[in-house]
Amino acid sequence: MEILTSLILIFVGAALINNFVLHYFVGICPFLGVSRRVDTAFGMGCAVTFVISISALLNWTVTYFVLRPGAPLPAWVWRSVGGDPGTQVDLSVLSYIIYIFVIASSVQFVEMYVRKFFPPLYRSFGVFLPLITTNCAILFGSLEILKHLQDPTRLWGLHQALALALGGGIGFTLAISLMAGIREELDMCDVPGPLKGAGVALIVAGIMAMAFMGFVGVDKGVQSAVSALLR
Amino acid sequence: MAQEEPTALERFINGILPENPVYRQLLGMCPTLAVTNGMKPAMTMVAATAFVLICANVMTSAIRGLLKPHLRILVFTMTIAAFVTIADRLLAAYMYDMSKQLGPYVPLIIVNCIIIARCEVCASKQSVRVAFGDAVGQSIGFGLGLATIATVREILGSGTWLGLHVLPASWPGWGIMVLPPGAFLTLGLLLGIAEWLSRRRGRAST
Repeated sequence: MEILTSLILIFVGAALINNFVLHYFVGICPFLGVSRRVDTAFGMGCAVTFVISISALLNWTVTYFVLRPGAPLPAWVWRSVGGDPGTQVDLSVLSYIIYIFVIASSVQFVEMYVRKFFPPLYRSFGVFLPLITTNCAILFGSLEILKHLQDPTRLWGLHQALALALGGGIGFTLAISLMAGIREELDMCDVPGPLKGAGVALIVAGIMAMAFMGFVGVDKGVQSAVSALLR
Repeated sequence: MAQEEPTALERFINGILPENPVYRQLLGMCPTLAVTNGMKPAMTMVAATAFVLICANVMTSAIRGLLKPHLRILVFTMTIAAFVTIADRLLAAYMYDMSKQLGPYVPLIIVNCIIIARCEVCASKQSVRVAFGDAVGQSIGFGLGLATIATVREILGSGTWLGLHVLPASWPGWGIMVLPPGAFLTLGLLLGIAEWLSRRRGRAST
């Protein structure tokens, strides 16, 4: 049961309290670029959630077995070439290069797969998928998972990594859809000339960030609610 | 040649104001918003980004004859990732506290759109000299953008500038300016001011 509580806490933390866009400022480019209409914004959000989960799955696997300090695979290679078994092998310096490679190639494969097997989905995702490679939110999700795998006392399992990725993706979808809804209404407002476009969008984002600050402390309530439900 | 490519000097000057990456192209928004709560982290970020941008631009330009069109984005990101790893290790070795404070935003330089855009627009087509001038100009432009935002946020938020007290001690400190919402509000208003200034100059010249 503790596992479930911790998963829900990680999920809520990534989606609401430390929202990727409004707290960590990752994924600002699509947040400003494709938030003019609600349906495209929602499509972008879904595409990001999808890719962030896949890259979290792959990057967790690579990090757990190869990159983290004391990972099994390099240790086995080290022993079999006759190295001193007391030495700990740490390949985490390679993690940035590996992560961006994994993300770029998984985006490419997802694009090919979706185009072949789900043409209608491809038509609605189409334009956004290649853009996602350079979306900071994806890399940020993997870096957060790396942070939790570098500390051997509280290693994250795959379920926790996936909870973080899903929470981050859904939080991004929520923020970008809300933003698009507000901007659709803003089109009918009389905005001062120089602020039109990006200026007013950023100010709206600032007010949304203030609203999301209200979620600080929600985790305590969620924790007690979940433990009351499970009892 | 039908269309003249810009020279090194033109690229350099363009990067500073006419094509300022922060105010004109709206690129590289994550670091612009995330590390500008103080002048010191902002300037460290600018230095790291400039290092990566210059190295990646020069490297891409040097290998531009070997690039295959469909693989070029992958090659750009891998080149950038290698230089970011160097910058990250250097920061961790010589400025440990600052590297802790910047946290994930140093590795996030990899996906900073400015660098990929410059590799794509300039370095993959022009000579090493032009690419170098372009990278330096863009870095200065990026630095100017971050410096303005960090100045506003640090002075209003904590009454200091680069750690020096510039406002009287009775200044209450607008906590919101140091927190995430302040970043969005400051950048939004500064964008408005920049746009207003350029419009006014446009009217004056006609």
